[in-house]
Amino acid sequence: MKLFIKFDFNTICKKVLETKLNELRIKYRILAFGEVELLEKIPADVYEALSNALKDYGIEIVENQKSILVQKIKDVIIDMVFNEESTINVKSSVYLSEKLGHSYGYLSNLFSEVTYTSVENFIIIQKIEYTKQLLLSTDLNLTEIAFKLNYSSVAHLSTQFKNNTGITPSAFQRIISKRRTIAQQKN
Amino acid sequence: MENDYINIILADDDRDDRLFFTDAFEELRMNTKVNTYNDGVELMDFLNSDDAIMPNVLFLDLNMPKKSGIECLNEIKASGKMSEIAIAIYSTSASEEDIEETFVLGANIYIKKPSDFKALKKVLAEVVSINWQYHTNSLNKDNFLLRM
Repeated sequence: MKLFIKFDFNTICKKVLETKLNELRIKYRILAFGEVELLEKIPADVYEALSNALKDYGIEIVENQKSILVQKIKDVIIDMVFNEESTINVKSSVYLSEKLGHSYGYLSNLFSEVTYTSVENFIIIQKIEYTKQLLLSTDLNLTEIAFKLNYSSVAHLSTQFKNNTGITPSAFQRIISKRRTIAQQKN
Repeated sequence: MENDYINIILADDDRDDRLFFTDAFEELRMNTKVNTYNDGVELMDFLNSDDAIMPNVLFLDLNMPKKSGIECLNEIKASGKMSEIAIAIYSTSASEEDIEETFVLGANIYIKKPSDFKALKKVLAEVVSINWQYHTNSLNKDNFLLRM
């Protein structure tokens, strides 16, 4: 038997955060976009326990101001790509700068300085990631995905996929499905 | 994050290729640590040792004496503690069969060795940058395929 699973990262993260914060008896409020407000000062050992508990789940407490802003840029981009309804027909540079209250030039320089990539490239990486996810977990074909992600044409998405990964969407699907067949035979 | 460095390993039996590789990283403005091994046996001995720090990305030559890149790939994929390493096949071959086979066996990246130093630097910078995005942004590593 095979189960196809779809998950929502936001819900998972929120649940993990709530569980861990409750376990450590910390009073908190979860705000939007990966921000948690602690309602009272916590001792350093509790802070460290929280940081370690979250690390097991790949959740990291971001510490300095630059990293915080970069993380916010990433969160806005991921939200923009994965919740495509929210941003139809808005230019990403305008959207980012309105959402975060800084000029796009400032945001984009800061982003390149810290992440080894550019905002534009990060958006493409996320779009390709979403495309991969849709190809593998839904029945949508590439044309439908291109439409869903606001590409002007399926050719545009297909070219961007190939440029970004070096392989075509259909080769990608074929390789992953071969891997799955092998993994099944082993079990 | 500023203090993080990217931990990189290359296993390649060709001395010149190893030298080019480490020189290329020295010229890139990235915070990296590069270690090299001369063949598959040396590499696997290191990875299997108790205190080994797993690299973020491992560049694997396909044709090596004693233990080939494919054999290393299979051992790494079968091992629990090494399963998080991104594997880049680094080969002179660009045959479609080799490429697809290594991807199916679990490699994430396939690089045909560039012929000149400038191209090598460009390719390595791009590979490490994309790999870094997977490493730091909880992208799904099972779906990470990149051919250069």
